[in-house]
Parts: sequence; C-alpha cells; structure tokens
Amino acid sequence: MIGESWVTTTFEKLEEWGRNNSFWPLPFGTACCAIEFMSVVSSHYDMARFGYEVVRFSPRQSDVMIVAGTITDKMAPVMKKIYDQMPDPKWVVSMGACACSGGFYRAYHVMQGIDELIPVDVYVPGCPPSPEGLMYGILQLKEKIERDTKKRRKREKAKRADDDGSVAAA
Amino acid sequence: MPTTTAPLPLPERFPADSIQLREGLDQPTWIVRREILVDLARELTADPETGFDLLLDLCGVDYPDREERFEVVYHLASLRGGGRLRLKVPVPEDDPVLPSLIDVWKGADWFEREVYDMFGLHFEGHPNLRRILTHEAFQGHPLRKDYDPARRWILTEDKMYRPQPEPPMDAEDDMFERMTINIGPSHPAMHGTFRVVATLDGEIISASEVEIGYLHRCFEKMAETHTWQQVIPYTDRLNYCSSFINNVGYCRAVETLLNVEVPPRAVWARTILSEFSRVMDHCVCNGSSLVDSGALTNFWYLFQPREEIYGLLEACSGARLTVSYCRIGGLAADLPPDFEARCRALLETIPAFIDDVEKLIVSNRIWLDRAVGIAAIGGEEAVNWGWTGPCLRASGVDYDVRRDNPYDLYDTVDWDVPVFHGGDVHDRFRVRISEIRESLKIIRQLLDRGMPEGPFIVDDPHVALPPKEVAYNQMEAMIYHFKLIMDGIQVPPGEIYSAVEGANGELGFYVLSDGSGKPYRIKVRPPCFPIFSTFSRLINGGTISDAVVSLGGLNVIAGELER
Repeated sequence: MIGESWVTTTFEKLEEWGRNNSFWPLPFGTACCAIEFMSVVSSHYDMARFGYEVVRFSPRQSDVMIVAGTITDKMAPVMKKIYDQMPDPKWVVSMGACACSGGFYRAYHVMQGIDELIPVDVYVPGCPPSPEGLMYGILQLKEKIERDTKKRRKREKAKRADDDGSVAAA
Repeated sequence: MPTTTAPLPLPERFPADSIQLREGLDQPTWIVRREILVDLARELTADPETGFDLLLDLCGVDYPDREERFEVVYHLASLRGGGRLRLKVPVPEDDPVLPSLIDVWKGADWFEREVYDMFGLHFEGHPNLRRILTHEAFQGHPLRKDYDPARRWILTEDKMYRPQPEPPMDAEDDMFERMTINIGPSHPAMHGTFRVVATLDGEIISASEVEIGYLHRCFEKMAETHTWQQVIPYTDRLNYCSSFINNVGYCRAVETLLNVEVPPRAVWARTILSEFSRVMDHCVCNGSSLVDSGALTNFWYLFQPREEIYGLLEACSGARLTVSYCRIGGLAADLPPDFEARCRALLETIPAFIDDVEKLIVSNRIWLDRAVGIAAIGGEEAVNWGWTGPCLRASGVDYDVRRDNPYDLYDTVDWDVPVFHGGDVHDRFRVRISEIRESLKIIRQLLDRGMPEGPFIVDDPHVALPPKEVAYNQMEAMIYHFKLIMDGIQVPPGEIYSAVEGANGELGFYVLSDGSGKPYRIKVRPPCFPIFSTFSRLINGGTISDAVVSLGGLNVIAGELER
C-alpha cells in the first residue's frame, strides 16, 4: 500500500521479503577475517546497503552467524554453544579458508572446517576473502533463502493437494 | 645489531664448568647449568648501568638425539646498557625440571607456561603452571619433534576450564556480595578471542584471571613442516593488522643466516611499506579502542585511511590484508609504476583524518574521564613484565628497535621517538597518534630521496627464483627454479635472533636451522604476549568498565599472541 495504490500479497511472502532484506548478523570473528569483516561493515564498503545493517553481538538477537576466522579446537565448544543460542530460523556464513576447511593450518589445534560441528549455508573462500567476496556470499544467502521458501511453499501446496485428493478418493 | 656490551662472565662466583661461552652470530651465547640459573639471573639484572632488565623471550627447543634432550633458551636485553645476551639451559628428558625465573622477571610467567605446554618441561616455583595455548583435553606436547603435527584432540564443553579467581585473603570485606563474571572469548569488547574471568565486588574487580589460546593456530609447528619460503604466508597471519612488518621481520632473520645482501630498492620499499603498515595498525588499535569507550565516529574516521593504504598494498602485492610481499632476499614483485604517486597521495590524505580524530578526542571531557590514569603502569615495572613498543613508550621508557638497533633505512632518516610519561590508556593513545605522524615523516623523507634503481630481489639463484622468461628458456635457470620449488632454500646450520619494531613492540624471530631445507625451529617473540600477561595486574582494583577501555589500548592481536 503506497499512497493511493494497493499491493496484495500473502503473509508468507511479506515475511520472506522482510527477512531477506533485514538480516541481523552475529559476527563470530576470531582472526584476520574479522578485520576484513570490519572493513565490509565500515563506511567504504558499507554492508548496510544489503540490509545487513544491525550487527548484533548477542546470539539471541541475530539470525545469521558469520564465522570469520580460524576456529580452533579450544574455541569449538564456544562456537557450538553460541550457534545453539540463536533462535530459529538461522543461517551460517563461513567466511574464509580457515572456517571453510581449516585453510593451510593442517594442524593439531585447528578445526578442519566448521561444518564438523554446525551446518553451513554459504562458504566464502579466500584468505581472507575480499570484501566483494563476502558481499557476494551474503547475496547468495539471500537467494538461497528465497529458493528455500519457494521450494517449501511448493512442497506444502503439493502436500495439501495430495491430502485433498486422498479425501476425495475416500 | 650490537654484538656485545655485556658484562664479562663471572667465573669466580660460579663453578668453572657451569657456564660455557660461545660467540653467536648475532649475540653472545652462554650455555648454563640449570643449578646456577637463578643466581646467574639475579647477578645479570643487578648492575644498575648494564643490567639485563628485559627478558625478551623464553622458549624451548627439542633435540631428540642429544643426551640432554631439551634446551631452554632465554633472550635478554639491557635497555640501560644496550647489550644482548642469550642463555641456553640444557634439560634432560628423564628429569625435565628447571627453576622458574618469575621472581627475577615477572614476564617469565606466561613464557614458562608456554614451554610447559609445548614441551612438557616443569618450572619449579611457578605458581600456576598449567597449559596456556592448547586446551584441557589435549594430551602430549606438540612442539616435541615426535609429535604428529596433525594429531588433534577434541574438547567438549564439559571439559572446558572454568577459572574461579579468588580475591586475596586480606581484601577488605564490605557490604557487597561478590560475583564472578565471565567476559569472552566471544565478546565484542574482547577483540577476538580473549577471555577474562573477574570476581567483582560491586563494580570493582577484586581478582581476575585471563585465559588465552582460543586462536592457537600452531604457527611454530607449521613452520617446521614447511620450507623456508613457505613460512612467509604464515607470518602474515601473526599480526594481521600490519602483516607486512611480520614479513620483513622473518625475511631479515633468514637473510642474516644466509648472509644475503638485499638490494637497495627492496630495502627502500620495505621501509616505506613497514611504516604504512604501522600507520594502519595504529589506526585499527586507536579506532577500536575508542569504540570501546563509545566514541564510534573515530572508528569510521580511522578506517578510511586504512582503506586507502590497502589500495597501495593491493597494487604492490595483489592482496589487501595478508600481503606476503616480502621474499627472502627482496620482494615478491617489482613495485607498481605509480608507487611514488600513490604514496604521495596517501601522505596528502592521511593527516586530515588523524587531525580530525585528535581534535575530537584529546580535549574531550568524556574520553579524558575514561582514560586518564586508567590501567596505569610505571616504566620500570613495565620493563620487568617484558613490555616493548608504544605501550612501553607511553610509560616513559625511551626504547625503539628502529633507533636503538637500526635496520633497513631507519638510521638514515630524521625522526623522533615519541615518549609520554603517564603510562595510562590516554598516553598510549597519544603515543600512537604521534607515531603515525613520525611514520609519515619517515616516508616523506624516503620519497624525497627517490626510488633506487636496480633489481627488487637479490640475484642469487640459490635464494631467489629466476625470472620466468629466463626459467623457460635456459636450462640452468630452469634447474634452479625446480630446485628452489622442490627443495626450498638451503639455509646453513646456525641460529639467530633478529628483531624489528612491530606495530606493538619488539617483534623478534629466533630462527634455528640444521641445514635440512626446513626450519628446525622458529620462535616468534610476540610483542603483545608479555603485555597481555600483565592484564590482570592492570585491571585488578579498577572498575569493570575500565577493563574494557584498557584492553583496546594495549593492542593485543590474537593471531600474534597465540600464534
């Protein structure tokens, strides 16, 4: 509803539109990638343009966890706990080679990729990724969420049709 | 680097066979029996003129073939007299005990814990000898030569260490109930991965414990499993706010071992880029510590010059943050054609941002209330804890590696070492702002001198890769190329401690080679390691909000602290 004009939509679509354009990221920054993350949120690259305006440090208030940096075995339980504290629905962006796969630290104290412990939606490669890389990653996440909701809606519709059909047949 | 102004050995007091003297490549080396270590250390610190007041570094080395398997190496410096000294203490495997030097140099505290963690050596008299870098479920000692570099141990939440700092018994008992609060390791004020557990009395911290190791990425073990050239990218990720300085520090150490002369063009570029990196690092440190006290505007103001410098580094190396632009013997590639123009443009733009921040902050009532007198430490105590760099200069000690052990071109330019005397958060901020200006001064002079012509890397096929067009067309060059890629540089056996002035203090590399084509041991002297070990001492007795402000000003970088 803009001025005199009307827009009709479903509640799900409105919700998805809102969700897609106002992520509240939790920066789980540990190392070098966190410095690049700071560059991305500061004025030059300005991630707020894509709706990543509200950076929250409390897991209870955020829906995207951006893991930026090496996760060691000592840090792993902390990361898991913070992920568990985030309310659903939630997504994870793994920023940089270390978070994706351990990077070039094939070592006794480094986790070989955070997907050993938590599910990851988007992997952003690079050591560290360029700011453009991270921005591409978060746009991919948007697309992924759109795709997933569309799929879910289709599935639900099919299921409903299926249920109706079986009722009719009986 | 000055070789010796050290006092002569003290043969009368100690038995003849307890100290052996060696003339090292860089500094005198004494091999000391562990029985006399404490007495010798006291003796060495005693002289008010030439005493070794600074314990720079303490590390272990493993020699599985030797009769006495381990060696603990102490690097000492005398800020008063300018001398340097290396002590080596052999320790057998079946009785891995040596005395703690924590009573002589307080800075030995965390260093000894690290040696215990990495090698399993026990320090008698250490009050809190437990693992520092690895986690609680870890078994074995990873820097021993027989430890598999990829052998991991999984830590589960129930096994995590839970510090319970106990306030001192004589602490005044008042009406408040005590409470213990955990800050970090994932906390916006903890700048990465530090963890502080504090016992509060009202708002006052009565006791605290610092836990680190959440970013221990095994740099030193990784260095032992790669060739000399392959270590360079790992050094980038030590202090990632000024990665170029780490490159220079490491390459300089290896070049000294190899006895390679770096061409003037590379030295010139190294000096300029090191100073730009220092400016960047100080911008991050000041910017983020001001955010911690609520001054958010300055963060944006200080990050903009940083972006501009990134542009320069990207033009040189192709990377913004982790540049890997140095090579042993020179640089990875020639400077871009517009290098000078870019530098001049930066010299024009940066000062305005710095002036703005200074104007906003220096006479700002809120900032002064938050910073003056907070987390203060005197010069002598700071040296005893092992401090170096801007934090030490804020405490009134006039020591800068660039001036006192000059390297590259620092002794040919005219600049000052800013020193402040308050030793508090405010003066640490002021020192950094002044140092940014000095760095720009150095850069301007070097630019005025003009870029030296000539090669950007040494013309030695045993050290530097031949240019691609030669390697593709000449048999000999191709063989050299192949050998360097497959076997790496063959560094002759030897050891060296070489230091540069990192952005937060003396960044030293203690490099040991056995001639095998891979480093035998590389120990980094991380400047923020001894500084951060003082953190409990700095925040105890202050309020919890002061603890947050004081952490930012110390410029502790997790990648370097925990390696």
